[in-house]
Amino acid sequence: MAVSPGAARPPISHEFEAVIVGAGGAGLWAALELARAGVRTAVLTKLYPTRSHTGAAQGGVCAALGNLEEDQWEWHMFDTVKGGDYLVDQDGAEVLAREAIERVIELEQMGLPFNRTPDGRIDQRRFGGHTRNFGEGPVRRACFAADRTGHMILQTLYQQCIKHEVTFFDEYHVVDLLVDGGLTGGVIAYRIADGELHVFRSAAVLLATGGNGRMFRVTSNAHTLTGDGMALAYRRGIPLQDMEFYQFHPTGIVGLGILLSEAARGEGGYLLNDRGERFMETYAPRLMELAPRDMVSRAIYMETRAGRGIGGQDFVYLDVRHLGREVIEAKLPDITDFARVYQGVEPLTQPVPVQPTAHYAMGGLPTDIEARVVVDDRGTVLPGLYAAGEAACVSVHGANRLGTNSLVDLLVFGRRAGRSMAEYCRSAAAPEVAADAHEPVRAELEALRTRGVGENPHHIRAELAAAMMDDCGVFRTGDGLRRLVPLVRELKERYKRARVQDAGSIFNTDLLEAHELGYLLDCAEATVASALAREESRGAHFREDHPERDDGDWLKHSLAYRAEGGPRLAYKPVTITRFEPKPRTY
Amino acid sequence: MQVDLRILRYDPERDAGPYWAEYRVESGPMERVLDLLHTVKWEQDGTLTFRRSCAHGVCGSDAMLINGRNRLACKIRVDQLGRRISVAPLPGLPVVKDLVVDMEGFFAKYRSVKPYLVNDTPPPVRERLQSPEARARYDDTTKCILCAACTTSCPSFWAQKSYVGPAAIVNAHRFVFDSRDEAAQERLEILADKDGVWRCRTVFNCTDACPRGINITQAILEVSAAIVERRT
Repeated sequence: MAVSPGAARPPISHEFEAVIVGAGGAGLWAALELARAGVRTAVLTKLYPTRSHTGAAQGGVCAALGNLEEDQWEWHMFDTVKGGDYLVDQDGAEVLAREAIERVIELEQMGLPFNRTPDGRIDQRRFGGHTRNFGEGPVRRACFAADRTGHMILQTLYQQCIKHEVTFFDEYHVVDLLVDGGLTGGVIAYRIADGELHVFRSAAVLLATGGNGRMFRVTSNAHTLTGDGMALAYRRGIPLQDMEFYQFHPTGIVGLGILLSEAARGEGGYLLNDRGERFMETYAPRLMELAPRDMVSRAIYMETRAGRGIGGQDFVYLDVRHLGREVIEAKLPDITDFARVYQGVEPLTQPVPVQPTAHYAMGGLPTDIEARVVVDDRGTVLPGLYAAGEAACVSVHGANRLGTNSLVDLLVFGRRAGRSMAEYCRSAAAPEVAADAHEPVRAELEALRTRGVGENPHHIRAELAAAMMDDCGVFRTGDGLRRLVPLVRELKERYKRARVQDAGSIFNTDLLEAHELGYLLDCAEATVASALAREESRGAHFREDHPERDDGDWLKHSLAYRAEGGPRLAYKPVTITRFEPKPRTY
Repeated sequence: MQVDLRILRYDPERDAGPYWAEYRVESGPMERVLDLLHTVKWEQDGTLTFRRSCAHGVCGSDAMLINGRNRLACKIRVDQLGRRISVAPLPGLPVVKDLVVDMEGFFAKYRSVKPYLVNDTPPPVRERLQSPEARARYDDTTKCILCAACTTSCPSFWAQKSYVGPAAIVNAHRFVFDSRDEAAQERLEILADKDGVWRCRTVFNCTDACPRGINITQAILEVSAAIVERRT
C-alpha cells in the first residue's frame, strides 16, 4: 500500500471573507447575493454543484402568484403553519410565504424555464396541503417546470453563479468547522482529488449541506446526504433542533425509495388499496390524496397493516391512468420514466406500486429569520455562523413540511443568508486560526485510513439504517426508541474502531464514505434522543404509545446538545403570531 | 443470478497501467449496475472507486462506459445487459482513478458558451411573458444534467480534444432558442469557431448516449443552421 505523500505536510491555507459549504439551491443563492455585494466568497462542495440534491426536486415551488385563481400569501402562510402541526415559528412562515412570490419572479427573470399558461404567465398546479381561503379546498399554487422543477432551479442558480464569477472549490469534503472564542473562523476541507487538507479562514460560514436521509434504509435521498453540516456544528456544541421530525414521503418506489412526485396527485392521481378503494377518503375526506404527507404516509401504513396493501403486501398503488397520455407526458415525464426504468411498470396503462420513503429533515441547525445560527433558547447568535436549506431549522416546517416548501425555504432563506453574511462581513474579519487547528481531524482521518484492523464501516451504516427505519420511522414507540438508544451508542463505539480498505490518497471514496458515516451517527443520536423524549404525536412524529398532540406539554421546539453519554435536551418556545393552534383535520 | 462483472481499474498510486479486474456478484434482474458496483465496494473490495450521488438518473455523477456504451450506472438494469457486464471509465477524458475521470475540461467547455440567460432590458415587475410554444422551442435541451455521456461518446471529440463537444452545444442551444435571451449572437460566434459546431460529423453517438433522451444531434444541427442563417 502506498503511504499518503501528503501525510506530514502542512495544510494548504486560504482566506476568504465568506465560505459557503454546499452548492445546492440555498448555497448557490447565498453565493449570488455575496457576489453581487462584492464579498470575497468560496463555495465548497463535495460534488460538482450541478450534482446537488436540489436537482432531484420534482413537483414545484409554491408562491401565491394567483395566476390561475385567487390566492394570497396569508393563505400560504396558514397552510404552512397548519401543515406543520402548529410547531412552525410563524414569523418565519410569514417571511416564507411573502417572499416566495418575489423569489419565484426573480428566478423567472434569471431564466428559469417555468411551464406557461396560454397567456404566457407561470403555470401553477395543486399540491398537498396547499389550500384557498384557510383550508376550504385545494388551490393552484405550485409553479413548476414539468416534473423537474428542482433541476431547473439548480441549473438556473449555477448558471447565474458562472455569470457572476463565483469561486467554486468542487469535490472538497468539509471535515471540520472552526469555532474559537465564540466566533466562527472558517472550515477545514479534504480535497478528494488528492487527499490534501485545506484550511479556509473566513469571517462568515454558511452551512447549506442539505439533509441526512441516508440514516434510513429506504430513502429518496442521494447517497451523499449524510447530515454533514448538522454534525459539524453539533460537534462544536451547537444544538440540533426538532430532529425527531423527519418526513416520510408517501410515494416512493417500492424497495428503492426513489421519489414519485406529489405532482402526480396534484395533477389528479389516486391512491388505491387492494380493494381498489381511494382509501384517503377515510383519513382526509376533504383533501383526499392532497392531504399533508405525514397523514398520507400514515394512512398507507394503516392500510397495509390492516391487510389492504396490494396482495396483502406493504405497498399500495398510485394510479394516474385516468389523467391520459397528454397530461402524463407533458407534466409528469420524469416520474413516468422512473416507474418504467426502476419498476418495469408502464404508468399509462398500469398502477404504480408505492410505499413511504424517508425524505426530508424538518429539523436541523436552529436559525433566526436572518439565517443566523442561534445556540440556545434565548436567541443567542453565534457570530459568523449561518445555515440555510434543509440543514437549517428556521423553523418554517414545524412538525411536517408541506410539499414544495423545501424549495421555497432554500430560495427565501438562501438569499437571506447571503444578505446577512454580506452585512456581517462589512465589519468582521477572519479570526486567526491556530497553526495546529487541523490536527484533530487529520488524526481522525489517518486513523480511519491506516488502522491495522477494524470493522467494515459499511456494515455499521447498514445496521444503523435498518434500525432507524424499523424503530424511528413513520410509527414509533417508547420501547422501540429505548432499544435504539443503546444500539446507536454501540454503533458509535464500533465506528471508533472501523477501518477502510483503501489507504490511498487519490480520490479515496472509501475514506469519504466512512467519514460521512460519522456524521450520520451523530444525526441519528440526536434524532433518537429527541424522539424518545417527545411523548406526544405531532406532524411526522407519531408515537403509538402517545397518539395525541399535547399542546400543554409539548408545543415547544427541542434542542439536542452533544454531551458525554448521550445528547442533553433543552426546549424553546414556538413563535405564534397570527394563528392559534387548532386541531388539524383535512 | 450471478453476474460476471469486469471493471477496468487503475490506481495511479499502485498500478503501472489500467487492467481488467473480474468480480462475481449475486444480483436480481431489476438491480442497476450501480448496485453491482456498490456490492463490490461494500462487500468485496473497498478500493473500487466511482462517483455517484442521487442514484436515479438526475444528478449525472455516474456516467461510465457499460458494455461498450456510455450510460448512467444508476439507470441501466442487469436484465437489460445480461450476465456478463463490463464497466470502464468514460472514454476520452483523463482517468483519475478506476471509473473516475477528470471533469475539469468538460465543465470549462460548458462555461465557455455563456450558459446563462443574458437580458439587460429592465425586467417587468412580474414575470417576463413567454408563450407555451416559445417555451416548448427549447424544452429538450433544458433536460441536460452535464453527465458528459454525450461528449465522451463523440469520435470528433476523441480525435480533437479541443472540440467544445455536444454537451456544451446543447447548453448553448438552451439559451439561443429561448425567446427571453439576448446573447444568441455572441454564443453563435463562439460556436462558429474551428472548435465549435463544424466538428460535428452527425454520427449520432451523442443522441444514443444521452440518458435524458435529448435529441442532441438535432440540437447541434439547429445551432449550425442558426449560424448560417445569421451570416446570410
